[in-house]
Amino acid sequence: MTIDPTSRPVDVGPGGPARDAAEGRDVATTADPARPVAGDPPQPGPRLTGAGRALKERAIGAALALAGAVSILTTVGIVVVLVWESVGFFRHVPVLDFLTGTEWTPLFQPQRFGVLPLLVGSVLIALVASLIAVPLGLGAAIYLSEYSPRNVRDVLKPILEILAGIPTVVYGYFALTFVTPVLRHMIPGLGIFNALSAGIVVGIMILPLIASLSEDAMAAVPRELRQGAYALGSTKLEVATRVVTPAALSGIVASFILAVSRAIGETMAVVLAAGMTPQLTFDPRESVQTMTAYIVQVSLGDTPFGSIEYQSIFAVGLLLFMVTLVMNIFGRWFLNRYREVYA
Amino acid sequence: MSDPSERLLTTPPGLVRRRRWGRAFELVCLGTTVVGVVFLAIMLVDILIDGAGWLTATFFTESPSRFPSRAGIKPALAGTLWLMGLVALIAFPLGVAAAVYLEEYASRSWVQAVIQTNIANLAGVPSIVYGILGLAVFVRWMFVLTGGRSVLSGALTISLLVLPVIIIAGQEAIRAVPSSIREASYGLGATRWQTVRHHVLPNALPGIMTGTILALSRAIGETAPLIMMGALTFIAFVPDGPRDAFTVLPIQIFNWASRPQDEFRNLAAAAIIVLLVLLLSMNALAIWLRNKYRKEW
Amino acid sequence: MPTIKVTAEGTPALETRDLSVFYGDNEAVKSISMEVPKNKIVALIGPSGCGKSTLIRCFNRMNDLVPNARVEGQVIFRGENLYANHVDPVEVRRRIGMVFQKPNPFPKSIYDNVAFGPRINGVDGDLDEIVERSLMQAALWEEVKDRLEVSALELSGGQQQRLCIARALAVTPEVLLMDEPASALDPIATSKIEELIQELVKNYTIVIVTHNMQQAARVSDYTAYLYLGELMEYDETDKIFTAPSERSTEDYVTGRFG
Repeated sequence: MTIDPTSRPVDVGPGGPARDAAEGRDVATTADPARPVAGDPPQPGPRLTGAGRALKERAIGAALALAGAVSILTTVGIVVVLVWESVGFFRHVPVLDFLTGTEWTPLFQPQRFGVLPLLVGSVLIALVASLIAVPLGLGAAIYLSEYSPRNVRDVLKPILEILAGIPTVVYGYFALTFVTPVLRHMIPGLGIFNALSAGIVVGIMILPLIASLSEDAMAAVPRELRQGAYALGSTKLEVATRVVTPAALSGIVASFILAVSRAIGETMAVVLAAGMTPQLTFDPRESVQTMTAYIVQVSLGDTPFGSIEYQSIFAVGLLLFMVTLVMNIFGRWFLNRYREVYA
Repeated sequence: MSDPSERLLTTPPGLVRRRRWGRAFELVCLGTTVVGVVFLAIMLVDILIDGAGWLTATFFTESPSRFPSRAGIKPALAGTLWLMGLVALIAFPLGVAAAVYLEEYASRSWVQAVIQTNIANLAGVPSIVYGILGLAVFVRWMFVLTGGRSVLSGALTISLLVLPVIIIAGQEAIRAVPSSIREASYGLGATRWQTVRHHVLPNALPGIMTGTILALSRAIGETAPLIMMGALTFIAFVPDGPRDAFTVLPIQIFNWASRPQDEFRNLAAAAIIVLLVLLLSMNALAIWLRNKYRKEW
Repeated sequence: MPTIKVTAEGTPALETRDLSVFYGDNEAVKSISMEVPKNKIVALIGPSGCGKSTLIRCFNRMNDLVPNARVEGQVIFRGENLYANHVDPVEVRRRIGMVFQKPNPFPKSIYDNVAFGPRINGVDGDLDEIVERSLMQAALWEEVKDRLEVSALELSGGQQQRLCIARALAVTPEVLLMDEPASALDPIATSKIEELIQELVKNYTIVIVTHNMQQAARVSDYTAYLYLGELMEYDETDKIFTAPSERSTEDYVTGRFG
């Protein structure tokens, strides 16, 4: 709630000994004929016009508003930058060819700009990641919310948070040097760079997101609902699966969507583990290149400003931005739905 | 009491079956929770095994080299510290100011709603898109101001990236300050800014600091946006000023990890250990701050 | 405390013997011994904090769900102590149903709400029939028979509470516990619930907690007055409200306190 006391100039109030006392100064004990003493009727104190103060307040308010506007500027900046350069790109490459073409070879001759291999690469990794993160994350959420005793929960939750905080290069390193060799023993035909390893570590990376959002959604289900179910002779399993989980469903779905969006935006882990070979394939044993990995690849090389390879970064970036934006908006819509029901 | 053969309330067979499913399900759920923990443990142990032996003194004092035995992280570590410092300097005041604006000046207005949604959206934008933004705006457009591919450009970009985190944490901390304190301040004739400066901010500060530290711990691991901005992968010097070229630990890790030789992989692991230690310290600091200043309203 | 019996034919539906409930060190229910006669309505009254909700939750072992609650003494149902080691609380709750103060329908359809209990307990007979029968017993069938697939949350408060009653009846309990079932409802809905209770008692034993003395006087056959965890007086309702034996009872029912 905001009360705005600066809407008109403020009269500071009585001056004199009362104010002095309030501000910690010694109240004069000897009588000074010019100075009013407590017990005298209040004399009009010096009048502060307040104009200077009001101006200062306004200036500060404006500065703060500017800070608030930075986020708007950021979004505007992102959109403008992406669209501007993409327009240049789409002058050379028709949008339809871009969106439906199945070959992506901007760095070789002949240059082809069909983005599907990149898009499918991102989707494939997100898919593998979801196969890991959804069951594990949901199971963890159910366990933490419905089964685990308080002290176990206080240990497990922070550990899961740590998983979320580890930088992606670390996951990429681990995928490349540990997960892939282990998998290659088990799966014949697995390449050194493959989507499976990348998908697995990205899955572990987004697992905490699903676990914590789903758990929040379950915790928001009111106790009375659980009690009603117990009173009908339900076991804990039935309460968890037939009452709590369905009631928390929109929050749980939101967590899935937001997690997949994270997976699509993931970069370094997939660069290290999945490689940089744009291939239109759904076979996780192959090396693939995601939209994010391509953008990094171009930046690692010497691409002259203004060339079509340079512009392709922005076109791919625009696609990436739109895909994740749509998913995030959906995810948050679901999130608000469950908050409305139980808040 | 009751004859066992006539007991009515023991578990009937149907319930026994349901109970068994319940126990199995509980174990499965526990298993899923534990998988993540086990994965983390294996990952950390593996990294320790790979890299611990390479944490020598030269590791910290040397620059990257073609020869693994002579390679070190000094420029990368310096770059990381420079970056963190600049990001803290830029993002902290900006984030706090924005949070104050949203909670104290624009509360419950349409402006707040718009900015709030915007911030929520920004929080979900992939970090590499921020890199693209930074490349176009800070490296190219503001070349004169930032020195192009400099640690300043990188810091500006990363600041924008972590700003939503600081703002959201700041808002929560400010919201937690009871309105009775504000009312008392206004009642004494204080202006809005005076109330904020003398009452709201000091009380919200621990929460804000915690949020900032968490934002920084996110920033320390960022790689892709900085690669985009030209934090090159082979830098042999320490930045002298904000307009200098630079590299950071995660990029150095990426560089070494991409090389096929085992020694370079081990160097990467050692650098990861350093990064994780930094990260751990920051998180520990955040938790300590939060616990120390936790107020019971 | 001697057992306070009420004159009733046959074995009581429920009987407590020196029943005490502790929350940590706090004794919320102090050694209560009483009998609940079959097919009668027993009201538990008393000021806030007197232990009546805690007591009623002993009857279907709902207190098990409270982490630091400890129960001593016995609750006898069909010749068995509900708190004996061999007793499964889930089975207890199927036979002794409960309706809560705030209507708590599941966010599912009306049909699925009523069908929930039979489904998890393994249904004996046609589910549609069971749903219809339960809704009729709860005097809700006519109002919802055409829209069983509609979400239960679209019903009014009074309808939701009757739905919760139907839901509880669907698992054919013998005893129905009601913890202030009408306190969240408007007067019209309340009187519907009270009528319903008086119909249901023909087939069920009902224990009702209420803070509304007039309600207890209107509806119940026997009334138990609790104060600070102790059972102060337990007798026919008429007697409690017109000529109570205990001073404390008289003070409470005449509104001198509470």
